[in-house]
Amino acid sequence: MESMNLGETKEITRRRRGDSTLHMIFLVCTSIGIVALMALIVTILMDGLHRLSPELFTNYPSRIASRAGMKSPIVGTVYLLLLMAPLSFILGVGAAIFLEEYAGKKRWVRLIQLNISTLAGVPSIIYGILGLAIFVRGFGLGRSLLSGVLTMTLLVLPIIIVSAQEALRAVPKNRRDASYALGATKWQTVSGSVLPSAMPGIMTGVILALSRAIGETAPLIMIGALTYVAFLPENLLDSFSVMPIQIYNWISRPNEEFHDLAASGIILLLIMLFTMNLLAIWIRKKYQKNT
Amino acid sequence: MKAIIQIEKLNLFYDSYHALKNVDLDIPEKTVTAFIGPSGCGKSTLLRTLNRMNDMISGTRIEGSVKIGGTEIYSDEVHVEALRKQVGMVFQQPNPFPKSIYDNIAYGPRLHGIRNKSELDGIVEQSLKQAALWEEVKDYLKRSAFSLSGGQQQRLCIARALAVQPDILLMDEATSALDPISTLKIEELVQELKSKYTIVMVTHNMHQAARISGRTVFFLNGEVIESEDTEVLFSTPSDPRTEDYISGRFG
Amino acid sequence: MNKTTSMAGSSGNMTFRRSKTRISDKIIPFFLGICAVLTVFTTIGIVYTLLQESILFFKEVPIWDFLTGTVWSPILSPQQFGVLPLLGGTLLITGIAIIFAVPIGLASAIYLNEYAPARVRGIVKPVLEILAGVPTIVYGYFALETITPMLQKIFPDMGLFNALSAGIVVGIMVLPMISSLSEDAMRAVPKSLRHGAYALGATRFEVALKIVLPAAISGVVSSFVLAFSRAIGETMIVTVAAGATPRLTLNPLESIQTMTSYIVQVTSGDVPRGTLEYGTIFAVGLTLFVITFFLNILAQWVARRFREEY
Repeated sequence: MESMNLGETKEITRRRRGDSTLHMIFLVCTSIGIVALMALIVTILMDGLHRLSPELFTNYPSRIASRAGMKSPIVGTVYLLLLMAPLSFILGVGAAIFLEEYAGKKRWVRLIQLNISTLAGVPSIIYGILGLAIFVRGFGLGRSLLSGVLTMTLLVLPIIIVSAQEALRAVPKNRRDASYALGATKWQTVSGSVLPSAMPGIMTGVILALSRAIGETAPLIMIGALTYVAFLPENLLDSFSVMPIQIYNWISRPNEEFHDLAASGIILLLIMLFTMNLLAIWIRKKYQKNT
Repeated sequence: MKAIIQIEKLNLFYDSYHALKNVDLDIPEKTVTAFIGPSGCGKSTLLRTLNRMNDMISGTRIEGSVKIGGTEIYSDEVHVEALRKQVGMVFQQPNPFPKSIYDNIAYGPRLHGIRNKSELDGIVEQSLKQAALWEEVKDYLKRSAFSLSGGQQQRLCIARALAVQPDILLMDEATSALDPISTLKIEELVQELKSKYTIVMVTHNMHQAARISGRTVFFLNGEVIESEDTEVLFSTPSDPRTEDYISGRFG
Repeated sequence: MNKTTSMAGSSGNMTFRRSKTRISDKIIPFFLGICAVLTVFTTIGIVYTLLQESILFFKEVPIWDFLTGTVWSPILSPQQFGVLPLLGGTLLITGIAIIFAVPIGLASAIYLNEYAPARVRGIVKPVLEILAGVPTIVYGYFALETITPMLQKIFPDMGLFNALSAGIVVGIMVLPMISSLSEDAMRAVPKSLRHGAYALGATRFEVALKIVLPAAISGVVSSFVLAFSRAIGETMIVTVAAGATPRLTLNPLESIQTMTSYIVQVTSGDVPRGTLEYGTIFAVGLTLFVITFFLNILAQWVARRFREEY
């Protein structure tokens, strides 16, 4: 037998060097994302932390930076969230149940499906244009909370439908069979057996979609939530503001003091989003074993 | 016969699971050696220590010595790339790359630095001939490897392994996913190849071991129970557990 | 379900319950169907709105002038409505974002898939997910307050509003999209192909670049296209950091305006309905919609067309 060379050759050394060089490059590239996130968080904390105060919650927006707060935008965001949640849940989950449990594989159903995935890729500002033309002007709802709720509901609907469909699809077939075998009708099976099993997954998807919605700025600018609002909306047709809009408003002023105010607003917004994300993860973890 | 692979006091752990226990084994060169035993007995694990494919499973720990051609393969001087060039492997499921037949064979030689077109052509032809596939595919070298049948794909994978000119060929249940006719073809091929290569095969099929191997090693629960010339092992096993297994009393 | 005759002799209560079931099994699917069809109406609504107002606009401004004009001056007279400066601004931003995000996103995907130990993966993946969930207005702030001052140290002449800073931050925004979708595609490549290559003595980067990446190429390219489309539609980062100067330029240090930031700018004032200015929202919006629509279709087509059968 000829002797075997299992060690160093020029060829192997070269390739190994290539491998470790690329390893370094890949590692550096991967850390860019992490560094960016850290830089973003550090910037915002440094600029905004010293402006966090109770007044931020109790004062209305103002032209004087030292007195400005975001009471009305915070309340606006909370209202938007509370009104959107049931509406988008019912419509989104309803559509998902229809597509997964009732519709079958007909051609027009596939078209609806294709349409939903296309809608998920439409830029959010286009939804704003839709809201402006249909709700604000067409239905005459004006620049109101209701227009905002309806526009944002349409925006998150495709995301909710897709995630709810995935949750429904993940329910094992034997749960359906068990229910049918007891003589249940289709709806009894869906509502009594399938839906409860899929609920944690659906809730996670809905919460994540809503957290995306309350961070959105562009569509609400389109329907006119940019106006100066120094009161709390009392009914659906009142005008309103939300946190991202107020942040945008502050950023676009040249005065640095307002930029710090914007940073403190961003801290609040991020805390809110982070809480919602934790809630979604918690739900997923808690119910993972049951489904 | 000279032992090309010498294994001494080999212990292998997957985290806390003791998968190979005190294995001592010599594998002779230019012979077909078959590893048999019930599932989970450690035969595939041992096969994968020979080209260090176990390295990729995290939590694997190895003690003892594995020498190939006199070199300790788990020492720092050994590079796995060089080792795997010398110790080829064929897997249970045919796993051609999503490339043409030609590029599948040429992949290995290119990796190891051969760029010359005519040299590559020669290697592709020779490897396919060695794997008894040349006549069937010589006019379709540019076609996707997926256009081949399962048995042809497996012979392509053998050709791909041979193309880097290894000394040892490991076959991990290489026929278990194939139909009887394809299996027969590969068994014939193994018979031809043993004059030039040391072949170590894991098989689930005792009859296959009896048909084509020169040596047979019987594994049970991570231990080597018996290692003998195939004829001896199957006719007069020295260990009662070997006899129980080959007579079909368990496994 | 049986006819009621078979129920003869059973209690009235039973009969009542059956008919109730039958109604719920008719009405409920109908309601659910409406929910699903609502999504179709959304699309119709978008197309209808954009088209209707755009057609009115194109009656005043010939569509050819709109598509080929190189000056966008909707307010100052002489009014000119050439969309190319806005389109150019959008493409400049998108180009910078893609140049930034594609190599880094792809490298991250390869690293996570082929190199990263499980522990590192367990940290990096959630971080990228967080990055994907950051609101775009926050990215806008980041561009203006962090990236622009950093870049100004390198290019002292660069203004506060510039395409480069906004483009890079849009790149950071689409980065998680590219890395996670590409990684999904690479993860779907069967392990057996990897093992086959390793068994021939390939190193990790040879496996990653010559086996895994080619096998996953459809998913990877489709992630690039989706990121491209997302970057084109991105609004707040460019509104905050790229400026409001419609200008046809390739110089990334200049202030520009994108289609999206123009739409925001013009709606921020109270535009009376029926004016040419109001029409521009829809004409530019339609352009934006058509481009992103075709890119999304392209992404789906690429993902399906070049899918390898393993």
